Amino acid sequence: MEFSEHIKTANVEDVVLRRPFHPPMQGTLCVTGHHLLFSNRDGDSSRLVLLLLRNIDAIEKRPSVSSGTITLKCKDLCVLQLDIPGMEECLNIARSIEYLSSLDIVSDMYPFFYRPLKLSLQDQWGLSSPEQNYAQMEELQDRWRLSHVNKDYSVCPSYPPAVIVPHSIDDETLVKVAKFRQGGRFPVLCYYHRKNGMVIMRSSQPLTGANRKRCREDELLLQAVIDGSGLGYIIDTRSNQQAQQARMTGGGFESKSSYSCWKRLHRQLERGKVLQESLIKLVEACGDHSHSVDRWLSKLENSKWLSHVHTALATAGLLAECVERDGHSVLVHGSEGTDATLLVSSLAQLILDPNTRTLDGFLGLLEREWLLAGHPFQHRCAHSAYSHARLRLEAPVFVLLLDCVWQLARQFPLAMGFSEPLLLRLAREVYASDYGTFLCNSDQERCAAGVKERTHCLFQFLLKPSEREHYSNPLYEPTELAIWPSIQPQSLQLWRGLFLRWTQHAVHLEKAQEELRNLVIECRGAS
Amino acid sequence: MEHIRTPKVEQVRLLERFSNKSTSGTLHLTATHLIFVESNNTATTAAQEIWILHHHIASVEKLSLTTSGCPLVIQCRNFRVVHFVVQRERDCHDIYSSLLRLLRPVSYDELYAFSYNPKQNEQQREEGWQLIDLGAEFERMGVPCDRWQLTDVNRDYKICETYPRDLYVPITASKPIIVGSSKFRSKGRFPVLTYFYQEKKAAVCRCSQPLSGFSARCLEDESMLQAISKANHNSRFVYVMDTRPKLNAMANRAAGKGYENEDNYSNIRFQFVGIENIHVMRTSLQKLLEVVGSRFLSVNDYLLGLESCGWLRHVKAVVDAAIFLTKAVTVEGASVLVHCSDGWDRTAQVCSLGALLMDPYYRTIKGFMVLIEKDWISFGHKFADRCDQLDGDPKEVSPVFTQFLECVWQLTEQFPQAFEFSEWLLLQIHEHVHSCQYGNFLANNQRRREELQLGDRTHSLWAFLLREQQNYLNPAYCPTYADTHPVLEPSTLPCHFKFWRNMYHQFDRSMHPRQSVLKNVLTLKESNCQLEDTIKDLETRLQKHGISPPTPDPQASPRDQRILPTRPHSLILGAPLSRKEAQRQQEEEEEEEEVGEEVTECCSDTERTVEGSSGTERKESYSDLQGTYGAKAEPAVVSLEFGVARMTC
Repeated sequence: MEFSEHIKTANVEDVVLRRPFHPPMQGTLCVTGHHLLFSNRDGDSSRLVLLLLRNIDAIEKRPSVSSGTITLKCKDLCVLQLDIPGMEECLNIARSIEYLSSLDIVSDMYPFFYRPLKLSLQDQWGLSSPEQNYAQMEELQDRWRLSHVNKDYSVCPSYPPAVIVPHSIDDETLVKVAKFRQGGRFPVLCYYHRKNGMVIMRSSQPLTGANRKRCREDELLLQAVIDGSGLGYIIDTRSNQQAQQARMTGGGFESKSSYSCWKRLHRQLERGKVLQESLIKLVEACGDHSHSVDRWLSKLENSKWLSHVHTALATAGLLAECVERDGHSVLVHGSEGTDATLLVSSLAQLILDPNTRTLDGFLGLLEREWLLAGHPFQHRCAHSAYSHARLRLEAPVFVLLLDCVWQLARQFPLAMGFSEPLLLRLAREVYASDYGTFLCNSDQERCAAGVKERTHCLFQFLLKPSEREHYSNPLYEPTELAIWPSIQPQSLQLWRGLFLRWTQHAVHLEKAQEELRNLVIECRGAS
Repeated sequence: MEHIRTPKVEQVRLLERFSNKSTSGTLHLTATHLIFVESNNTATTAAQEIWILHHHIASVEKLSLTTSGCPLVIQCRNFRVVHFVVQRERDCHDIYSSLLRLLRPVSYDELYAFSYNPKQNEQQREEGWQLIDLGAEFERMGVPCDRWQLTDVNRDYKICETYPRDLYVPITASKPIIVGSSKFRSKGRFPVLTYFYQEKKAAVCRCSQPLSGFSARCLEDESMLQAISKANHNSRFVYVMDTRPKLNAMANRAAGKGYENEDNYSNIRFQFVGIENIHVMRTSLQKLLEVVGSRFLSVNDYLLGLESCGWLRHVKAVVDAAIFLTKAVTVEGASVLVHCSDGWDRTAQVCSLGALLMDPYYRTIKGFMVLIEKDWISFGHKFADRCDQLDGDPKEVSPVFTQFLECVWQLTEQFPQAFEFSEWLLLQIHEHVHSCQYGNFLANNQRRREELQLGDRTHSLWAFLLREQQNYLNPAYCPTYADTHPVLEPSTLPCHFKFWRNMYHQFDRSMHPRQSVLKNVLTLKESNCQLEDTIKDLETRLQKHGISPPTPDPQASPRDQRILPTRPHSLILGAPLSRKEAQRQQEEEEEEEEVGEEVTECCSDTERTVEGSSGTERKESYSDLQGTYGAKAEPAVVSLEFGVARMTC
């Protein structure tokens, strides 16, 4: 497709750009298929500002007779302003931005055009495959097997081609179980706790429906999971009431009578629209520059964002507790099993498993538990907090995960191998990126669109020596211990680095953090 | 000692504040402390000890008898709350009544400062009191000068008994003017210099409210303000900041007090800034503590509680006032006269905070002590009344100084590189303002302090703090920051005002980060310094042996270094304070283990979870796994901790 037909005015001179932390700049604005390019020649020096159009969440134009002002609200929460001479030009540019920032077709997106010199398309895409993950965990291999039942994505479109299931369950059974679970997401292993051999499984809800249908195979599979220990927990990320109601629409839950060895625990995690609205309210509160403390606190409370952080951490803590303290295996699911389920299971792994707390391990966790496990990134991250578009499938579940991880890192600043800048970078990349990693909704879609052949992999890039240094935590001291976060409200904090990043004082904090970092690196280097 | 009926009670249970956990141990009551010693059930871990200084106890409450015993709840001024359950009611009552008497000393002689005796000789003690010299401080500011002079009118505390002896006034303010002005000001607190901004020759002055009533005037007072205005050629007027809300100031007129009438004073600009009075602040903090003290607090209730108690709003009001003051002085170059009612609470807050924003010196450890000595101690902030040192009027008690420390903390959070000290210094000062262990903060004013001969009979806190100042360093401090940011311009956006968990939950360890960046960086820094010293040392030794120093092998020396315990002592929140020197050292080590900020220490533990949150040590649980299945290997399972679960639902 040709982008040029959507660009009526490609160049405008004498545009003034206003952005946080910088004095206004005058220069030339240029619209390309994927970028806004602003260049300013000031004597000998020239400066270039490049903005990915995909990053623009909302655009507000105020044209007047001879000029116009465009306000760009970005998905990374930055707000820019362009003063453009000429009403016609202003409107043209606004129209181009509106269209080009919300392209729907995956293969039109920038990652398919991004060709930096230092990267090659021949480089490995992704960090690890299910096969490699399985091969690494020798200790589980006598009870668990790698099944390729989904190799052509026919059993579960949102699962990867290979998944880990109990040894005693054959592929035929899995196919039947998949039919009994929403979206075919049958229970699969996502974490094996070496210390006691207990596991975390995840799935979607069982399709019991109003007349309490049963599925013998499903019951068999779960029985095989707890074989030996005899007991297990199911953490349902919906309230009891929500789970009951789900039966009316064909969903449901594992009833006590059919799954006698499993105990259900309900924890209501918000998802979808509620979560998106929470983010919108929070960002609105952070952008409110009124001077009333009361107003700020009531808006912060009203956004409920910190409550969501609290619930997510509390549920993850509960899950980790079941595995570590109580010594039982756990199945976690909500309805679709692609959002809150992944949030809880990955946080629990961070709490329990030291391997996931290294830079490599954390990215590996994200790959396993989010990309391969089928979190619908394209749907969830189509728009961020500023967009006026009608909400469809957007939900900042991944941002919530990053926030929770940040809270963990705040409470255990030495336990994480990665730094806050990594979390911030991921929070930005998930919405708009040069890399193909967060494109599409599942592994299947990524393969179909040729993402792995025709784009570069963000995770591989972040692990290159030059980047690795920047994203590692200099204070990191590996610990084998589980890290139990405090979930008292007083222990949770607003993630300033993300939500207040563009306020005037973020500069002081960032600088201080940088200094501290250098100091530590210096000290560490000396000893 | 005659008040102590039962010096020791065994089998007392200490309940965790935010979970259902408890530890049992023995309660000891001494002349100065209440001590809880955990019964040592496991040989591997050191027994927990809690020392509570009687002066720190704000209230003791005996709750009604329960089946397990008689509960005793003790609230401390350093925001520690302990909940004991004593088996026998009689023991509980004995302790209760002893404490009631002990925590209400009636005369200064009963205060700990007069019996506190660190192992120090007389010379060291005296030197401690000479560390801070306010005369030198005014000289540093450039006073006396051609416009400001030292006056001896108050040499004998004749003009104003709550002011210090040495006061600085404009050269043109003659003695009759001073005397006349002081008669027109509440408690005789006439306008005097507290900070001089050399760059613009602008002055920050302070006083109390004028006794203007509805119409009274005083020519000398008007001349006094005129003299202050004249002493500054940069500006044609002087700001008069009344730090009270307008309504309060107007109400005062009915009592013959009030505020300056702009018509009577030439060249003043009058401004209300609206900081609430001591009673409002007291109630506000009480409400805050109630909110954050509730056990099953949800995030929403927490935020709503923060809002409704108004504490952060008040903190911001003080900072806003200081910003106003700073702008007037540094940007406009105008002199400012600050007052409230008596000029010893809000005035002290605003003047000292303003000076902190204007002058980088006050952002150093020593400078901060000077600031407190000047604006709070010497100018007569009523520490004895506000901190309830002696059994006094509860209406006089108010967390004005605590609030000041919090304002400073909020600034350190906004400007992490600007302050030489970390929040530990603030916490430590707060601790000792209430401990009455050092003489500095005793009594209400300098005159009374002299009568008590504090300089001869007690020790100085500043000397103690300076001795271990490496513990209070802020590793992010950048001395050159002052060159680029001589004047701090804090943001007044409400989102920058945060709840100070480390102050109000200092002793609730389950709430703190389990590992501390601050401590870790300090340790690193210190070990690095030691490394460098070793290298230098080795080099000189080599030279002595006639060997020219090769480039020091980076591998060799660190190895022995690592064995050295490089961690500074008492680097803990809730640091061990106010206890007898003898026990201090040992105590600190123990507490450090409890706080357990070092993961590595616990790696060898059998319990393979991070300390402070290990199976038996855990502070909270995420859920109620009620009806968990029968047989359990370990006793420390989630089901034992139902209570917290409600919080997590």
